[in-house]
Amino acid sequence: MTPSIAEVIRTVALQKHYQRGAELVRALRGVDLVIGRNEYVAIMGPSGSGKSTLMNLIGCLDTPTAGEYILNGQPVSGLDDDQLARIRNREIGFVFQTFNLLPRSTALENVELPLVYAGVARAERRERATRALQEVELGDRLGHRPNELSGGQRQRVAVARALVTHPSILLADEPTGNLDSRTSEEIMTLFGRLHAEGQTVIVVTHEPDIAEHAERVVVLRDGLIAEDRWQAGRRGSTDEARTPVLHEV
Amino acid sequence: MELREAIRVAFSMIRAHKLRAFFTILGTVVGVTFLIAVITLIKGMDAYMKEDFAGRIYGYNTVQLRRNSSGPSFGPPSEEERRMRRRRPRLTFEDAEWLRARMETPGILAISSMNNGQVQGPGGRTLENVTVNGASATYFQMRELELEEGRPYAEHEAVRGVPVAVIGREVADKLFDGRGALGRTVRIQGIPYQVIGVLEKQGTLFGFSLDNVVIAPARSPVNGFVNPYNVVDEISFKVPEASLIAPAMGEMEGLMRQRHRLRPLEPNSFELETAEASLGFWDKISRMMLVALPGLVGISLVVGAVVIMNIMLVSVSERTREIGVRKSLGARRRDILLQFLIESGTLSGVGGVLGILAGIGLAALVSAISPIPARVAPWSVGLGIFLGVGVGLAAGVYPAYKAAQLDPIEALRKE
Repeated sequence: MTPSIAEVIRTVALQKHYQRGAELVRALRGVDLVIGRNEYVAIMGPSGSGKSTLMNLIGCLDTPTAGEYILNGQPVSGLDDDQLARIRNREIGFVFQTFNLLPRSTALENVELPLVYAGVARAERRERATRALQEVELGDRLGHRPNELSGGQRQRVAVARALVTHPSILLADEPTGNLDSRTSEEIMTLFGRLHAEGQTVIVVTHEPDIAEHAERVVVLRDGLIAEDRWQAGRRGSTDEARTPVLHEV
Repeated sequence: MELREAIRVAFSMIRAHKLRAFFTILGTVVGVTFLIAVITLIKGMDAYMKEDFAGRIYGYNTVQLRRNSSGPSFGPPSEEERRMRRRRPRLTFEDAEWLRARMETPGILAISSMNNGQVQGPGGRTLENVTVNGASATYFQMRELELEEGRPYAEHEAVRGVPVAVIGREVADKLFDGRGALGRTVRIQGIPYQVIGVLEKQGTLFGFSLDNVVIAPARSPVNGFVNPYNVVDEISFKVPEASLIAPAMGEMEGLMRQRHRLRPLEPNSFELETAEASLGFWDKISRMMLVALPGLVGISLVVGAVVIMNIMLVSVSERTREIGVRKSLGARRRDILLQFLIESGTLSGVGGVLGILAGIGLAALVSAISPIPARVAPWSVGLGIFLGVGVGLAAGVYPAYKAAQLDPIEALRKE
């Protein structure tokens, strides 16, 4: 049972329990999920299904109560806070529903932030952040602050920030939740393009319209995977007849 | 996260909340202002005392013999002390002559007695409160007094008590409109003195003009104005170099004890003073002020620190989401800890800088409206910045620790 080289995420019997008052909440009750490199996965499920918990674990914001999580060949279940921070910095690019840009910093400074924590020198930081913003077609908005940008532009700044460290995964949590339908489409087109360029994309959403853009949909219910399907004819894909990565050899 | 980046963030936070930042650092500003103002004034006083005061009151390298101490003292003298002072014999011209004849240490001996009073010029012009000084001819030499015009009186004039006078610049200005004073007369208690010299401008000492003065031979009729007949206030002995002060003092003490016929264990019935001794008193005062200072400054800095800590806690709670975002992007605990520490250090450091400026300004203001001079000590500026930043760092530890401990998921969820 050797992990495939093309495998980015492998979870084995992943469990997460919370104590909420006197009640023990079993948010995840044993999730086995393998996501290969350059997959475009939508994680869906009703609220309370455990999809946010799964996202937090995949994003290394939290550690599981039980089970294994291997990210890019590296087990992360037992890491401490600072080690997780390093992994998040290198491997994960977060995109949030509410953009979460720092309001007093310019677009460029926002995109530079992960590089600051990565210890990249100032000049290189500036150059890489500029390039990342150019890739999301915001090369002319470098000095703008979030309140001087439209919602769609803000989310594109957030995407540039997520990608500037060349992470293994682009992990988006309801990325279009605060956008109108036209802007949502624009962001999803951007995700499609990034996927086509080789980026692994994971989108957590409860909107079927958004999930439709993905090539694979994982549906959670009551802390377990209820459905894991590949969908044909999805938009934004380059390879219609893609076969799923072999999970086990 | 690099220091420069953190400081840049800190300054942008200060700019974003200017008023709040100001109130946050008020304690630091006040504390450092006080510190700098007091040190600046003490240093100014110190320089003044050492460079001007001692030299002008006592003269350099000079031992002064008086009946009773002229220096400042703590509180009024006790009844016993007063009685003891009254019992002491007065100093006389004969004492001065006797000493001069016997002193073996090289030096100049001069006598001087002062009283304040009325001096009249021509045409009924009158000046009140002029310092009238009955002095020997050697007095000019001893005090290194330079004359702007005319000449000092000579030894033979002094000995015979010729009624001549050397007047200060201010007296010349007020009684003679500044010119043609030589050869004219001033009257003290109706007795005329011919003006033979005008002193160069001396300036002020603690707000008192040193130019409002008339100097006449000690044995002239002025003696009756400044003192009972034959009595002198002070007999000074100036030695050519500082190393001779102690021997001169010892010799004078021995001679005076002999002159007053004191038995071996009897205390001195006179006072010997030097500029150095009077500075000892000042040193005591300034040291006392410097000892009391940390307490006073400390109180405002502690209050300042408590305020900074509270505001930083508010700031951490307001920026919980930002902390969550930073953590999700890879900030480690120590990155967040340092960020908030540097922020509170920078904030308070700015307070320190403002305090230094305000302190120097305050000291300048005090010295402008009072005779106390101001002199900025470079080390106090360093201390001000150090204290400012230090208070911020100390106050920031707890809030920064709380920020660093935040759970990223909880932090991101916060609205």
